[in-house]
Amino acid sequence: MRRPAPARAGTARPARRRPRAPRRPNWLAGTGALLWLLVVGLPVYVLLVASVRPREGYLSEGPLTPPADPTLDNYVGAVRNGFLTFVANTAVVTVAVAALVVVLAVPVGYAVVRARGRWAGGVLRFFLLGLAIPAQAVVIPVYLIIRELGLYDTLAAIILPTAAFALPVCVLILTGSMRDISEDLYEAMALDGAGSVRTFLRLVVPLSRPGIATVATYASLQAWNGLLFPLILTQSRDQRVITLGLFEFQGQYRVDIPGMLAAVALSAVPILILYLVARRSLVNGLMGVGGK
Amino acid sequence: MSAAAGGPARPGAAWALPGALFFLVFAVVPLLLVGYLSLTSWEGLGAPRFTGAQNWVRLAGDPVMRQAVVLSAALTAATWLVQTPISLLLGVWAAGPQRNRAVLSAVFFTPLLFSSAAVAIVWKTLLDPNFGPITRVGPWLGLPDANVLGSSAGAFLAVVFVSAWQFIPLHTLIYQGGARQIPAVLYGAAEIDGAGRFRRFWHVTLPQLRHTITTSSVLMVVGALTYFETVLILTQGGPGTDTSIVPYLMYRVGFAGYEMGYASAIAATLVVAATGVSLLLVRFTGFAAMRSTREGM
Repeated sequence: MRRPAPARAGTARPARRRPRAPRRPNWLAGTGALLWLLVVGLPVYVLLVASVRPREGYLSEGPLTPPADPTLDNYVGAVRNGFLTFVANTAVVTVAVAALVVVLAVPVGYAVVRARGRWAGGVLRFFLLGLAIPAQAVVIPVYLIIRELGLYDTLAAIILPTAAFALPVCVLILTGSMRDISEDLYEAMALDGAGSVRTFLRLVVPLSRPGIATVATYASLQAWNGLLFPLILTQSRDQRVITLGLFEFQGQYRVDIPGMLAAVALSAVPILILYLVARRSLVNGLMGVGGK
Repeated sequence: MSAAAGGPARPGAAWALPGALFFLVFAVVPLLLVGYLSLTSWEGLGAPRFTGAQNWVRLAGDPVMRQAVVLSAALTAATWLVQTPISLLLGVWAAGPQRNRAVLSAVFFTPLLFSSAAVAIVWKTLLDPNFGPITRVGPWLGLPDANVLGSSAGAFLAVVFVSAWQFIPLHTLIYQGGARQIPAVLYGAAEIDGAGRFRRFWHVTLPQLRHTITTSSVLMVVGALTYFETVLILTQGGPGTDTSIVPYLMYRVGFAGYEMGYASAIAATLVVAATGVSLLLVRFTGFAAMRSTREGM
């Protein structure tokens, strides 16, 4: 039996042909995959089950048994603990980082790909130097700069360095996707008398949309996942983002484990929604690869 | 800036300026400052006081730093050795035409929904020697006291395992993409030549995936230099300093001990190592040819 090839919108891949007679099932690979399924699935299951277990039941009931008396109290508790403030702060940081990165990186990509002259390659190398520099390495001077700018304990303190450290990968992705725009299209724009601003807005931006989506997603994920910058650059509770909220939660003297696990589960919901509505760009963003 | 008669308009340097300036202020200047601060004594408040090479002399003789470097290198190596074979095999498997694949893949990829902090918290709970499910599973796995995080080897392996749990899905995804690009004709030809499943994997799949292996390995090596959250939450660098990798040591010295000058010297070591890695990557992986990391996928 042959299954129809899954439709993959927007890919210019050659159609895959896997015809052929029914194959011998690969038991070894199947077993391995099942084993990994357990390694991944069990902790997630334990997490979800524990998050709906009444607090008293966490120690007495086995971790795998479904709760005798499931409850949403832990989720309510997480929300009461200010989780929604953390979500709102994270949303501000995430959107701002994504916007900043797109606004800064897209023109850089255009310049690198289209400019005449040696400097364009130099600009690219300048950004690439930062490709493997971990943000951890510069957190002390970043702390100094942010304090000198008077931004300590504000969301801007998280946004600015996070965006800066997302730039190298984003410039790389954008130059990759912009190189695919054909010379003919540029010439057609030139015949219309378009200067570089109109060429950029009418041709480069629309045709690099997949790349821009990838870059925005990648930058968002960096902002979403970051713990170090919030940990060092913010202090007060009303500037707290989700990752820092979780970190503070687990550091408390008497940890309410089901409550904490409910907060962990809640923290995955926005990414899950993103996965459902924009799977392709999420996957590209995770990998930091160009949208083509 | 108008269209020249001879051809399309070309963007001037002004287009790259805002991005480059921003990157300069928040990434490059800090890099240079790390170097300067490493020559000072600074408690985080007030002005840094210049002390010359003092921090570097201390760093050279610091056994904890030496241990941290060894641990970072070991963690990077272990990360690659554990994650590459598993994600390669899973990715190739998930790229196949099995009907159950979509459902299984959905479960495979759930760790990607969680931040590093969330993953580390979940595993810290699971591995808690007093209350965690490990107390029930441990004896069955040959760990009667279930105190995995209490022993040096156990804690190190826990960091390796938890980061593998978190990142293997990502690399599986990369290998799945790579394996799907392999032309079916090659397998057909190999089959006609009488190659069995293993030989097809060895002589068709692996060579065809070599660019993907490069991409994934690059991401792994760079990523392993930054496993900070996992260590911070799961082991706090312990027991003792036995999982204090370089980034964690820098954090502890700088932000718990307030020896920002000395911490900067540690950070500078990290910068040098990371820049070396960057340059190697640009040179040897064809990143300089600048397609995108999807090259070979």
